[in-house]
Amino acid sequence: MASQLTNGRRRELHYWMRLTRTLDDRIIKLWQQGRGVGATFNQRGHEAISVGAGAALGPSDVVAPMHRDLGCYLLRGMTPERLLANQLGRATSVTRGRDGNLHGCGDLDLNIIGFISHLPHSLPVTVGAAMSFTYRNEPRVAMTFVGDGSSNTGLFHESLNLAAVHNAPFVLIVENNQYAYSTPLSQQMVIDDIAVRGRAHGVRAEIVDGNDLEAVYEVTYDAVERARSGGGPTMIECKTMRMLGHAIHDGAGYVPPDLLADWAKRDPIDRFEATLLAGGLATQEELDQVADRCRREVAAAVEYAEGSEWPDPATILDGVYAE
Amino acid sequence: MTSSDSQTVAPETPAVESKVMTYLEAISEGLCDEMRRDPDVLLMGNDIGGDFGGAFKVTTGFSEEFGDRRVMNMPMTELGFIGAASGMALFGLRPVVEVQFADFISTGFDSIVQYAATTHYRWQAPVPWVIRAPSDGGIRSGPFHSQNNEAWFVHTPGLKVVAPSTPVDAKGLLLTAIRDDNPVIFFESKPLYRSLRDVVPAGDCAVPLGRARIARPGRDISVITYGATVHQAVAAAVELAAEGIDVEVIDLRSLKPLDTDAVLASVTKTGRALVTHAANRLGGVGAEIAAVIVEEAFEWLDAPVARLGGLDIPVPSSPPLEDAYRPDAGKIAASIRRLVAF
Ligand SMILES: Cc1ncc(C[n+]2csc(CCOP(=O)(O)OP(=O)(O)O)c2C)c(N)n1
Ligand SMILES: [Mg+2]
Repeated sequence: MASQLTNGRRRELHYWMRLTRTLDDRIIKLWQQGRGVGATFNQRGHEAISVGAGAALGPSDVVAPMHRDLGCYLLRGMTPERLLANQLGRATSVTRGRDGNLHGCGDLDLNIIGFISHLPHSLPVTVGAAMSFTYRNEPRVAMTFVGDGSSNTGLFHESLNLAAVHNAPFVLIVENNQYAYSTPLSQQMVIDDIAVRGRAHGVRAEIVDGNDLEAVYEVTYDAVERARSGGGPTMIECKTMRMLGHAIHDGAGYVPPDLLADWAKRDPIDRFEATLLAGGLATQEELDQVADRCRREVAAAVEYAEGSEWPDPATILDGVYAE
Repeated sequence: MTSSDSQTVAPETPAVESKVMTYLEAISEGLCDEMRRDPDVLLMGNDIGGDFGGAFKVTTGFSEEFGDRRVMNMPMTELGFIGAASGMALFGLRPVVEVQFADFISTGFDSIVQYAATTHYRWQAPVPWVIRAPSDGGIRSGPFHSQNNEAWFVHTPGLKVVAPSTPVDAKGLLLTAIRDDNPVIFFESKPLYRSLRDVVPAGDCAVPLGRARIARPGRDISVITYGATVHQAVAAAVELAAEGIDVEVIDLRSLKPLDTDAVLASVTKTGRALVTHAANRLGGVGAEIAAVIVEEAFEWLDAPVARLGGLDIPVPSSPPLEDAYRPDAGKIAASIRRLVAF
């Protein structure tokens, strides 16, 4: 299928990947400087998946991004300000200090579903969202992400089966980053491709290079449009590598350095920038300008989040129930 | 008992007469009325569809009227389909989920207590589903078809928990539970399904959540209970009336929110309290109620607050064992006599 991406859109997606990397790097610095609150996940290596897949959705589609999908939150409209405030536990955050890290960053006005720690609970919830679109005859699609580790759960299988039985307009992005926390794939499963788990349930499953932005976008776009037109669910296994620790506290000494060095050559942003330069779609100067813009935006977000009020303990009981 | 709050009566509701019906028929009628009134209400569960109509036949005929689209038979995946119900609820539908027996709700536990219960507090998105849980024993069904596991959910912030004891409340509380914007666990009492009949108002007879009712007024002692045990307590009260003991029975109806005002109003009147339920006593809902009474009404008490619950064992199958496990009218009467003589 011919590429759906215009050159303008390519440059936009480059910006979202760069913003993701810049914000992620800045968060790491904040935590190293002791300015963080609680834990924070690392994003490096996942930018092409979170941006490429998220960008394939239409405006009214719904997504439940997970803990490696900062890029998806950003491009679907959740601002760095709100996200950082959530990470810093401020009153201005998405969850008003109720939840931290990227957890709970849902906003129905943006068609974003928030996640809980327990994996992979956004999966059945998103299948249910997709079933609600069928119920109401709405041409909308729901998408979520899971890791290789989460693909071992019973809930993963229950959800894919349910999506298949109901021919739900649903797309599942599997971020196979070789590890679940410290546990390598070899200790998790004996199959080579997680995609077979989807096929076992009658769900169409694709495998794609998760460090290739355009490839992720194309295969996801096809899946989304197929789902929208009644073609049922698709699972897309994106092969990638988690380039830093599981979260900020994790030095990931258990990952062989050679493996990381190998994947470093395939960095999704470097690769996409090389493509843009080679195709004459951007100049180095323009790429530098994007990097500058991202730094400025992230600096403003840090200022906003750190300058935000702490939540007032007098409000602690508010919102347990919908009134 | 009719609606006391501002729930609107659907204009198309025909002015049919109140009818005598069983507890089970009242639940069925509540579901049917609400599905006719609100196209966003749908049913999910194991074996609820088609001609089968569920393990207890609550949804007999529903597929025919509402179609498979609104009466969704689910694969045997409680964790998955309760999660899917949350997804539907986030996008404006009102799923009513039947777990085949309350015992199997544990298979869906994370989807309830981790996802649904926390969502509104965390990111302000309502999750308006109801789980119907056929609970309780006394019908020789053994450890896995007799449980009363309401305490798990009463202990979970973000959920509401309801346990009707009469056909009128079964219908009225179900209507309110479906219209509530929060996840509600609706504990149905299996031993009452077909044994209990009453006149149930036609149409909208919504009963507010969080309000107890006085099942029998009395002056000497308060028995605070819910579900099928209400009827055991009333039977004990009738027996004790002959002995000159005037027992008040409070039917909680909702366990979360809990009507502590009604409990305290009764206890401060009678000065004595017995809290009883079929669930095992240790860490049960009764422990919380007893604690509230002691904290809030200590100076009105003429006797210690007593609790009577199931034993701290899995529910046994064999009749003499199950009878020894459960509170009944005789055990309730004996407890009351002890408290009155204190
Ligand atoms: C049910 C459950 N058990 C344990 C955890 C703790 N935990 C958080 S992330 C994680 C690893 C997840 O691995 P994977 O699904 O591959 O995603 P990745 O972090 O690699 O992106 C674990 C074990 C959890 N979140 N949920
Ligand atoms: Mg992983």
